[in-house]
Amino acid sequence: MSGKKAFLEGRIKVPYKWYAGETGSRFLSALRDGCELWGTRCPGCGRVYVPAAKNCWECFRPADEWVQVSDTGTVESFTIARRPDEMFGLAPPVVYGLIRLGGAGGSLLHIIGGVNPDDVRVGMQVKAVYAEKRSGRILDIKYFAPLGE
Amino acid sequence: MGRRAAIVGFGQTKGSSSRRDVTGVELINEAVRAALADAGLGIGDIDAVVIGNMDHFEGVNYVDMWSVEGSGGVMKPVFKVTTGGTTGTSVAISAYYHVASGMFDRVLAIGWEKNSESDTTGAIITAYDPFWERPNMAGAIGGLAVDASRYMHDYGATERDGARVTVRERLHALNNPFAHLQQEWMRGKDAVFLVDALVASKENKVLAYPLRMSDMCPRTDAAAALIFAAEGTAEKIAPIPAWVLAVANRHNFVYYGDLDWSRNETLEAAAKKVFATAGIREPLKEVDVCELYLPYSYAGLAWMESIGFCGPGQGPQLLWDGVTDMDGELPVNPSGGVMSSNPIGATGIIRVGEAAIQIMRKAGTRQVGKDVNVAMATGFGGCYWADVMLLGRKKPV
Ligand SMILES: [Zn+2]
Repeated sequence: MSGKKAFLEGRIKVPYKWYAGETGSRFLSALRDGCELWGTRCPGCGRVYVPAAKNCWECFRPADEWVQVSDTGTVESFTIARRPDEMFGLAPPVVYGLIRLGGAGGSLLHIIGGVNPDDVRVGMQVKAVYAEKRSGRILDIKYFAPLGE
Repeated sequence: MGRRAAIVGFGQTKGSSSRRDVTGVELINEAVRAALADAGLGIGDIDAVVIGNMDHFEGVNYVDMWSVEGSGGVMKPVFKVTTGGTTGTSVAISAYYHVASGMFDRVLAIGWEKNSESDTTGAIITAYDPFWERPNMAGAIGGLAVDASRYMHDYGATERDGARVTVRERLHALNNPFAHLQQEWMRGKDAVFLVDALVASKENKVLAYPLRMSDMCPRTDAAAALIFAAEGTAEKIAPIPAWVLAVANRHNFVYYGDLDWSRNETLEAAAKKVFATAGIREPLKEVDVCELYLPYSYAGLAWMESIGFCGPGQGPQLLWDGVTDMDGELPVNPSGGVMSSNPIGATGIIRVGEAAIQIMRKAGTRQVGKDVNVAMATGFGGCYWADVMLLGRKKPV
């Protein structure tokens, strides 16, 4: 062993099963079954949470008014990830965008597709494109694509 | 010593095998709301938040950030504490430090866990050294079984002694609407009959000798929260604040092989320290009620000795004499204890909260029938690490 640096290779593998809860489940079901995006509005401050949140972070009270939000929005900012990574499931180049949907109080982190990455701009209008096979997760929105001019 | 501080509010969710209706964040929110309501405060009254759990149990490694919707920590100082099984008591001690330091007047302490969302044993194994113990160990039960078999060897304790601890915890849990395990069939039955039934049961399988199913705690989903306040503020919030008399934590080794298995050295040292601080000379007489982190039955024998409630080997006698039952001289775990609910990161918060409500006289159907001037709460975790908090009806001198 002298001169050799002993090491051990490992991988932590622990199974998880996360429950979305009643609020998250309602959001995911509407997305999966009807390609609809729903948010929750806080009756206190009026903020709309997308994806739906059970409680308003600001007011610390239930955000319990369900409102449908538009699946068209504005790119608040974006980047283009160009390097592949073993731990990341998508093939680069991937355009990440922060998309402010009509009526939402914050932006949704998602992917911008159907466009040459070099043509993506802040302020661009985009619309959700849905996956053909949907299973009740956020990637049931395949990506957001620019609205035709 | 720092500034005097007291517990002025406590809230918890009912323990459950699986809370599928809520996320971890939403579960936290339920406990925080309950604690705020108990204290008659709003989130705006809270100056800082301390939160804890074991990251690997839910696979979220940044819980302080992830949980703000539930914790109410938006735009407040938020501090995460994780110390294994002692997490909940360490969170409580840390919240106490925040107030005692003079930096914050009202501090929220939160512990939670959704054990249903992962493999508890798999997650526990990730806490151990990848070279020396991870390849060989099998989670928590094995270590506790080793502890039990050494105690049986040293003092001739039997599995009936272990089962008697289980029976006490199960019977007490029937008084606690928040306890996870509610064994209705035991209600009203004689302790000896129940011990015989557990020991003779064929379904009560051995998990790791000498531990059977009935000797172990469950895996629980729950959250709990406490509110600490400074002297001058605490009296205005709570009619009877539960004053912190003393805290201690003692941590020793990393490896199982380095422990002295004939005793629980960290609990012994931490208990000695809090008793010295509070001027307690005869613990059995001077402590009125305990909420001890006893994750498995035999701990209710050996660790009573470590704390100093009786001499070495006298744990079984104390137990069978009924001293630690609800109507005994020193009721232990009126809540049903860890054996009845173990949402790991919340478990220590629940110990402290349950001890506090005995002093505050808010324990309802599990309120002990005597005056409570001094209550003791403990935490257990890591490689036999110990936290102890002593609470009192009177302010510490
Ligand atoms: Zn609001």
